[in-house]
Amino acid sequence: MKTYLSLMGLFGSLSLLSIGGGNTVLPEMHLRAVSGHHWMTNSQFADIFSISQAAPGPSILIVALVGYAAGLGVAGVAGGIAGGLLATVAMVIPAATLMYLITLSWQKAQKSKLRYAVEKGFAPLTVGLILATSLVMSKAADHDWRAYLVTGVATLIFVRTNTNPLIVVGAAALLGYIGFV
Amino acid sequence: MSEAGATLKKVSLLEIALSFNHIALASFGGGLSAWSREVVVVQKQWMSEEEFLSAMTMCRIVPGANQVNLAVFVGTKLKGMAGAIAALVGLCLVPVAMILTLGFVYFTFKEVPAVKGALHGASAAAVALTLTMVIKTGQKCLTGVMPIALFLAAFILNGILRWPLLEVLGILAPLSLIWAWPRKRAEA
Repeated sequence: MKTYLSLMGLFGSLSLLSIGGGNTVLPEMHLRAVSGHHWMTNSQFADIFSISQAAPGPSILIVALVGYAAGLGVAGVAGGIAGGLLATVAMVIPAATLMYLITLSWQKAQKSKLRYAVEKGFAPLTVGLILATSLVMSKAADHDWRAYLVTGVATLIFVRTNTNPLIVVGAAALLGYIGFV
Repeated sequence: MSEAGATLKKVSLLEIALSFNHIALASFGGGLSAWSREVVVVQKQWMSEEEFLSAMTMCRIVPGANQVNLAVFVGTKLKGMAGAIAALVGLCLVPVAMILTLGFVYFTFKEVPAVKGALHGASAAAVALTLTMVIKTGQKCLTGVMPIALFLAAFILNGILRWPLLEVLGILAPLSLIWAWPRKRAEA
């Protein structure tokens, strides 16, 4: 029970501290899960980080794996699943509630000057941040020249044709599976 | 905006949940924001390009995971609180089940299943999808000296120099608002 309360307390507060995205609270999460509560070892944390990055869905779902590891020590696999679900709910609900309230007032401000300026002014800024994200993504995935080649060819296909992106991502996954990338 | 508003009323909660489930599942290897744009702006036309892009940056400023916040934003816009919950459930339910399954395998057998290579390959294509989003959205909104300067500054500070996002936005967000602020007197 104490473990579950710690999970809820930890992720409930990290949820509202994660300004700028989930990645900003990763160092704190690492510190508390590994050195503070001893829910897992250092290398296990590195492994669940790469699992959560690659698995489908928001990468913040790493908290489900931290919760799983914590619950595993309490009551085996069932305890792990309970811990994973609890950690996810604790991480998602507080920030999502805040976002909901902000969106509501934003939708009401349909004609405001601020909204006009944000929509016009933030667009180019966002495109720059997305380009930065794609650079950081390929560095984090430790890409070599073959991966960059796949990225280049796939980009050409996406820009020049109307191919379903899933087919291209699937083909690239196959290339990775047979060891080309 | 007004013609989009008419079609928005017909969106069902199930359609919202399924759309975000599709976004989440398609993003194995990464590229969640590119997939969000692909579904929300291109396929469903729930939002305009500019509204979507500015919402993305707002979602980064507000606490919480960016993609979770974006789902809440889109869901709320479409159907209020029920829409936000539908989007959240759609985005997280199946991925949580999958990641807990992976966690079970990992903590039981101490080994990540042999999908590592496949995910490495998929991530190369996910980067391509994200780059494509830059090219396609850039063609629409990088149409002047100021937009291009803001774009380059955001990329260089955050991507090359690796400044923290909040510092980058602390400098560039006010600049972009000053540039974009509607000035009636000057134009009249």
